[in-house]
Amino acid sequence: MKSTTRRVATFLGMMLIALLACQPTFAADKPFTFGLLMVGPANDKGWSQAHFDAAREIEKNVPGTQMIYIDKVNPADRPGITVPTLVDDLVAKGAKLIIGNSDDMKDGMQEAALMHPDIYFVHISGDGALKGEASKNLSNLMGRMEYGKMMAGFVAALTTKTGKIGDLGPLINAETRRLSSSTYLGARYAWTHILKKPLKDLHYKVSWIGFWFNIPGVTSDPTLVMRNFIDSGYDVIVSGIDTTEALIVAGQKRKEGATVWAVPYDYKGACNEAPEACLGVPYFNWYPGYKDIITSAMNGKFSQQFLWLGPDWKDINNAETSAIGFQNGAALSAEHARALADFQQGLADGSIHLFTGPLNFQDGSVFLKTGESATDTQIWNLPQLLEGMEGASK
Amino acid sequence: MLMKTIQQHDLTHLVIRFFCITGLGFGAVCLLLFTLHLSPITIAKSMGSGALSNWIRISHMLSIWTPLLLCSSGLLFTFRAGLWNIGIEGQMIIGAICTTAVLRLPQAENSHALFPALAMAAGLCGGGIWGMCAGILKNRGGVNEIFGGLGLNFVAQGIILWLIFGPWKRAGIASMSGTNLLPHALWLTSPAGWRVAPVALVLSCLAFLLTALLLGNTRFGLRLTAVGKNSKASRLFGIKPELIGLTAMMLGGGLAGLAGGLQVTGVYHRLIPAISSGYGYLGLLIVMLAGYRAAAIPCIALFFACLAAGSIQLPIMLQIDSSLSGVIQGACVLSALLVHGFQTKRRNT
Repeated sequence: MKSTTRRVATFLGMMLIALLACQPTFAADKPFTFGLLMVGPANDKGWSQAHFDAAREIEKNVPGTQMIYIDKVNPADRPGITVPTLVDDLVAKGAKLIIGNSDDMKDGMQEAALMHPDIYFVHISGDGALKGEASKNLSNLMGRMEYGKMMAGFVAALTTKTGKIGDLGPLINAETRRLSSSTYLGARYAWTHILKKPLKDLHYKVSWIGFWFNIPGVTSDPTLVMRNFIDSGYDVIVSGIDTTEALIVAGQKRKEGATVWAVPYDYKGACNEAPEACLGVPYFNWYPGYKDIITSAMNGKFSQQFLWLGPDWKDINNAETSAIGFQNGAALSAEHARALADFQQGLADGSIHLFTGPLNFQDGSVFLKTGESATDTQIWNLPQLLEGMEGASK
Repeated sequence: MLMKTIQQHDLTHLVIRFFCITGLGFGAVCLLLFTLHLSPITIAKSMGSGALSNWIRISHMLSIWTPLLLCSSGLLFTFRAGLWNIGIEGQMIIGAICTTAVLRLPQAENSHALFPALAMAAGLCGGGIWGMCAGILKNRGGVNEIFGGLGLNFVAQGIILWLIFGPWKRAGIASMSGTNLLPHALWLTSPAGWRVAPVALVLSCLAFLLTALLLGNTRFGLRLTAVGKNSKASRLFGIKPELIGLTAMMLGGGLAGLAGGLQVTGVYHRLIPAISSGYGYLGLLIVMLAGYRAAAIPCIALFFACLAAGSIQLPIMLQIDSSLSGVIQGACVLSALLVHGFQTKRRNT
């Protein structure tokens, strides 16, 4: 025991020496450094890569900027690591503005923003700034993906042969409820207005896996969920998760002779994973939002904002100006592509407004009375899925 | 005189072992890095500075060291009794669940001093009971503690997922991001500029010292050693191996449960599915690398904590995936096992 005590004392002494040897870090003149915390891998062909690519574009096009990043910021990939800890690291490396790209980072971003009042924070897909819960140095940014999802639902309904559309959902929250509901509304519109079929023949089912991407042993396996969809007769699956399992499985099934399609999500280049099965992809273009916030911060004009940026209806695929877009897939027929273009035109000029009553919630209660249009707040905080959708709302 | 010679021989043995493990591990890692066109010195500097270059980083590294030290201390009891407590991850999870359950009580927020202490005690007891379950399965059901522990890990993981996605989920959200944050008053407080709660540090150090004391200086420690060396022979001295084994599992589980509780109150401030962070399994490796002795455990745990904390610098500084630290860990562990195997073989021949 004496020997043990001596060793422990030596160890504690070494710790003290290490502590005393700490050198303060001095900031030097540097370009404007911004940090990016991504929930998934930077090359996931989905949500995180869309952010990573936008940040790289900022580095190229906004002089004087430099990005530092950490990907796979989630407790399964980085056990024991918390968002405030990572923020400490990014700040130590000179970051003046930090972007956290997941709804799941909400608590950590708010805690870090309080700990670093001189640093600017952007939390993506949260609404702390809107609800007055966030400190003044934290803004929120999100794209109006509802339009993209309506387009996804539209092409899904036009293409399905069985009338069964699957929705591979991540986790259940207001964001995913409103996006899945938007997909359903797009599908419902195509089914009843373009194909002129009775609504009762359209089957729309959401299966939630439990997180934005597969975590073995924790979430449901999206590959298995996809196979289950296909085995149950769902021939078009719209993905809401951050990664590309839906399209990959659809591509594999097509090689086995099945007639199935998928609509991936998030990333402009997602269809490249299996183009023959891809009807198109609604994607985020974070460049305009990042540019707005980062240039404000560089000029000392950062102010707390809640930015919910829509498409540039003149050209929804304009990389400079449109915060969301829709890239047609190789599997989308020319006829359906024309119908989609008309649909997009209707959304752009306001002649098609799908969040308009009569609309009921899944439990049968009234969401919107006849002729009533939903406000942004109602859509943002959608409390349930809509009537006609199968799947858990809470 | 004879004792002194034996001690010197043991020390030489340990020193040779240390240099062999370090040399092999270092060599393997360097070889891998050269193959990947990476400089081992740059990697080491990045990781070292990421873990030790200022107090915030040191304190963050200590927040990883704390549960590692607790789990390793707990495992010393079971290894000493000749038991493989693979169920330590589950014990940590159940400890975290019990801590959260206490802190979720409506009375908790208004009784600041009492409830965090009660919650820690609940974590300790929860982990201990879960460890006892593996012991009972072994004693009464004849289930090997490895398989029993593994099974109980799955059960614990199932329970935590059920709670987070079910009864304890956030309003309107079911996600692996975990339960709602605990009220700030129930967090283990840290001074400004610290990333580790001093209470957690003190508890871990006390637990470790107590473990070393119990194992090295008490009749109980001697009984554990006797059971671990030869459980049949220990009966001749009136020792009940089943009871000793069960006690070891309870103590090990209790310390793991306390580690789980500290993860909830001191690190994440909520219950998340990955609350154990794999520290239980890492604890197994630490104790093995330490040659099942208490003295080396704080340093080896510190090394692994530095690897975990410093690995974050790899993507930031060098755009290298931080899972490289896992490769370094693996190389060290394999080297240790190899050296241990060689030494055992040499001793036997």
